Amino acid sequence: MAEIVINNLRKEFGSFTAVRSSSFKIEDGEFFMLLGPSGCGKTTTLRMIAGLELPTSGEIYIDGEEVSRKPASERDIAFVFQMFALYPHMNVRKNISYPLVSQGMARAAVRAKVAEVARILGIEDILDRPVGGLSGGDRQRVALGRAIVRDPKAFMMDEPLGALDAEFREHMAEELRALHDRMGATTVYVTHDQLEAMQMGDKIVVMNHGVIEQFGTPQDIYDKPATMFVADFIGSPSMNFLRFHGAVEQGATSVTLHHQALPMPEAREPFDGDLVYGVRPEHLRLSDAAPYRGRVLAAEYLGTTQIVTLATPNGELKARIASDQPARPGETVGLDFNGATVTLFDNQSGRALRSDLNEGVLAHG
Amino acid sequence: MSGYSITEPSLRQKWVAGTLVVAYALITILPLIWILTTGFKSPTDAISYPPKVIFEPSLEGYVNLFTTRTRVSPEALAALPPPATWYEEIVRNRDMVIAGPSRYGERFLNSIIIGFGSTFLSIFLGTLAAYAFSRFKVPLKDDLLFFILSTRMMPPIAVAIPIFLMFRTLGLSDTHLGMILLYTAVNISLAVWLLKGFIDEIPREYEEAALIDGYTRFQAFRKVVLPQAATGIASTAIFCLIFAWNEYAFAVLLTSGTAQTAPPFIPTIIGVGGQDWPAVAAGATLFLLPVMIFTILLRKHLLRGITFGAVRK
Repeated sequence: MAEIVINNLRKEFGSFTAVRSSSFKIEDGEFFMLLGPSGCGKTTTLRMIAGLELPTSGEIYIDGEEVSRKPASERDIAFVFQMFALYPHMNVRKNISYPLVSQGMARAAVRAKVAEVARILGIEDILDRPVGGLSGGDRQRVALGRAIVRDPKAFMMDEPLGALDAEFREHMAEELRALHDRMGATTVYVTHDQLEAMQMGDKIVVMNHGVIEQFGTPQDIYDKPATMFVADFIGSPSMNFLRFHGAVEQGATSVTLHHQALPMPEAREPFDGDLVYGVRPEHLRLSDAAPYRGRVLAAEYLGTTQIVTLATPNGELKARIASDQPARPGETVGLDFNGATVTLFDNQSGRALRSDLNEGVLAHG
Repeated sequence: MSGYSITEPSLRQKWVAGTLVVAYALITILPLIWILTTGFKSPTDAISYPPKVIFEPSLEGYVNLFTTRTRVSPEALAALPPPATWYEEIVRNRDMVIAGPSRYGERFLNSIIIGFGSTFLSIFLGTLAAYAFSRFKVPLKDDLLFFILSTRMMPPIAVAIPIFLMFRTLGLSDTHLGMILLYTAVNISLAVWLLKGFIDEIPREYEEAALIDGYTRFQAFRKVVLPQAATGIASTAIFCLIFAWNEYAFAVLLTSGTAQTAPPFIPTIIGVGGQDWPAVAAGATLFLLPVMIFTILLRKHLLRGITFGAVRK
C-alpha cells in the first residue's frame, strides 16, 4: 500500500490543456475521489497516475518513488475500467489470474490466490464461465478480482459503477467501500457523480476545466466550498446564490441585501464589489417574523422534506424544509438564514471570501 | 393476431427470397459442376455434341494430368509385360505408355508456396502496420494510409512492364521469393485497410488492462489484441489467398520454369497430345481444392468477420 503525491502535474493534448498544474496528496489507505463534470481532466489525471498517459510536465510519486516516466507495467498499480475491459477470449478464472501469470507465479500459487479472491468477492461459482454472458454486477466483481488479486500498491478506478443500472450501483458502491475498508488499499476513484463521491470518499478533489477547484474531506467540501463552482456542483439541489453589490468589513458578521441585514460568519477579509451570498437549501427556514421576504413559486414534495422554490429580490432560491410546513405557491413568506453556514463569494472570480467558517480549509486548499 | 411481424418475413417473402438465392446459386455453380464432371469424362464424351450429362466416369483426365505419355506401335505394345497398375492400363488402352510424371505436381506446390507464403507475409506485415496506424500517433497518418490504398487504384497489371524490368535487374524473375514479394506488395494495402478496421473496433481498454497487469506493449498485442482480431485476420487471409492463388497475368509474365504457378500451367496442358479437356478440367478441379478447404476451415470466422462491428454487444 502506498501514498501518492501529485506535484504540478500538467497534460496537454496539442493546443488543448486537459490538466493544468495539479498538486495534491493521497494518504496511504485513503479512498480518494476525483470528482468533476465530464471533460474536466479527472480521467486524464487518473490515467497519468496509472501510466496510461504521459504527463507533459510534473511529478507523480507512488510510495516515495517518482514514476511519471515509467511504463504502467512497472508501477504496480491496478486499474478498474468503466467498461470493465475483461479479456473476452478468456474465462473468469483466466481473467483474474492473468496479472499473476505475468509475474511468473507458480501454477498452484495462482490457483490458491484466485480461489481466495473469488471467495472474498463471492464469485466462486462462476470461475469457469466465459465472461461474455455475465451480468453487469458479476463483470464488475471479476474486474475487481483482477485488480485485487495482485495486492498492488494502489487501485485506480475510472467510473467503475458508471455502466451499472441505478439500483445495482447503490449496492456495488457499498460493496466497494466495504472491500476497501477491509483491505485498506489506497484507492483513487474517478466519478462525475457527487453523491457517489460524498458517500464513498475519504477525500475529494473537485476538478473543473483541468483545474483543481478544491481538495478536502466530503464534509469540508460540502460545508465550506472554496469556489462557486464547487458550491454549485456539490449538493442537490445545489447551493443558493443571492447576488448583490456591497461591501464587507473585516470582522463583520452580517451583510446588507435589499436593505436587510443577513447573518454570516465573521468575515476575515474585507471586500467591496459584486458579491454572492451562498446558502444551502437546508440552512433556510420559512419564518413569518423574518424581514427578508420571498414569494413561493413552487413546492416539490419529497416525503419527509419538501423543496420550496422562492422568488426573492436577489434571485430565485430553493429551501429544503419539513414537508408538514405549509408553503403555498403565491404566498409571501419571511426567510431565516442560518448565518454560521453561509459562504460569501466574489462574483467575478467565484472565489470564496475568508470567514470564520472556512478559514482553516481555504488556507491549505 | 395477424401473422404480420416486423422482424419475421412472411411465408411468401421467404419463398421469393429462397427461389432467388437457389437460382443464383445454380447459375454460379453450374460452370464449376461442368468443370468437375468434365474431369471425369473420356476425351470423346468431353467434346461430344450435344453435351453429355450422363456419361461413364473415367479417371483418364487425372491420369493424363499427372503423366507424360509416348505413343508406341501396337507390336511394341504387345511385346510389353502386362500393365502393373490401373493407370498404366488406362494409358495402354490409348496405345501409349507412361513416359514420366508431368510438371503439374511441381506447379501445384509452387502455387502453395507462393500463395500461402505471400498470404502469411501480407497478414504478418499488415497486422503490425494496421496496429500501429490504429493505436499510435504516426506522422502523416492519413497521407500514408491514402498512399497505401492508392496502390489499389489501378489494375496491378498496368505496372507489369516496370515490374518485369525491375525483377530482371534484381534477379527475381522466375523465383519463389520474387512472386511472394510481388503478391505481398499487391495484397498489403488490402490487408492494412481491412485489419485497421478490425483493430479499431477492439477497445483500447483491453490492452491498457494488460499493460497495467504487467505486460509489455508487445505482449499485450500478442496475447490480447491478436486473439481479438482473429476474425479479421482470418477473413483478410482468405481475401489475400484468393488473390495470390488465382493470379494469372503476373504469373504468365514473370515465371516460366522453377517458380511457375498452376494458373499459367493448366492451359499448357491443352497443347500436349490434342485438346485434352478432361485433363485441363481435372487440373482446374484440383486447383480449386486448397482455397475451398482454407475457406471452409475459416468460414465461421469469415461470416463473423463480414458482420463484425455491425452489432455492439
